[in-house]
Amino acid sequence: MTIREIAEKINGRVLCGQKRLSEEIIYAFSSDLMSDVLKVDRENILLITGLVNLQTIRTSEMSDINCIVFARNKKVNSEILSLAEENGMVLIECPHSVFKISGELYIAGIKPLY
Amino acid sequence: MQYRFKIAGGDFSNAGTVASSVKKILRQLNINHTVSKRIVIALYEAEVNVVAHAYSGLVEIDIDSEKLRAYIADKGPGIPDIPKAMEEGFSTASPQVREMGFGAGMGLSNMKRNCDILNITSEPGTGTNVEMITYFKPDAR
Repeated sequence: MTIREIAEKINGRVLCGQKRLSEEIIYAFSSDLMSDVLKVDRENILLITGLVNLQTIRTSEMSDINCIVFARNKKVNSEILSLAEENGMVLIECPHSVFKISGELYIAGIKPLY
Repeated sequence: MQYRFKIAGGDFSNAGTVASSVKKILRQLNINHTVSKRIVIALYEAEVNVVAHAYSGLVEIDIDSEKLRAYIADKGPGIPDIPKAMEEGFSTASPQVREMGFGAGMGLSNMKRNCDILNITSEPGTGTNVEMITYFKPDAR
């Protein structure tokens, strides 16, 4: 599934990283705990989270995660946006809960890590 | 090669800048991607620990042809019981640290998992010293 298809499926709004929208995503991981994200050893996964701060972007940078969906209608500020842009990431704001986003994408064929 | 960085305790908006700089250095040196990722994750967790618990910290990075050695020395409350602190799930983090997505008692175990040698010494009331060594070739340890 491409990032563009993912954004459409979950009614998400792409904030940055438009150049990457045709990239394929196979796996996703949902977490608000960044230490759990840092334990993931697969790259190019989609991160679904309700945690919106600079550490979400830093954690993704260290973990080679290029696409983040922010759930529960959480808003991204300009500081977070510019750090994500610096790292070439796609950020997507979404009105749905982590549960709903995960469920929709699981049905659509995105795989869990474990 | 040697690099030095400073960390300010409580400066959450800059937590991760050291690990980010080291990631760029390792990329320039063409270090194996899997090894580089282990190094930056361990360093990032260590950096978050300093920001979360200490007043200030200094990071020294030494890189030679076979390994990276990171030495992180902080001034802070120290760790009274290191084996206890190494237990997954044990944490003394503040609510502010938890709001940043950390503080679940996984930092030290994530550091241990992502380096080849981890040495921690601490003097309660003074500070903590952490040494992490990671070899670039997995069979060199």
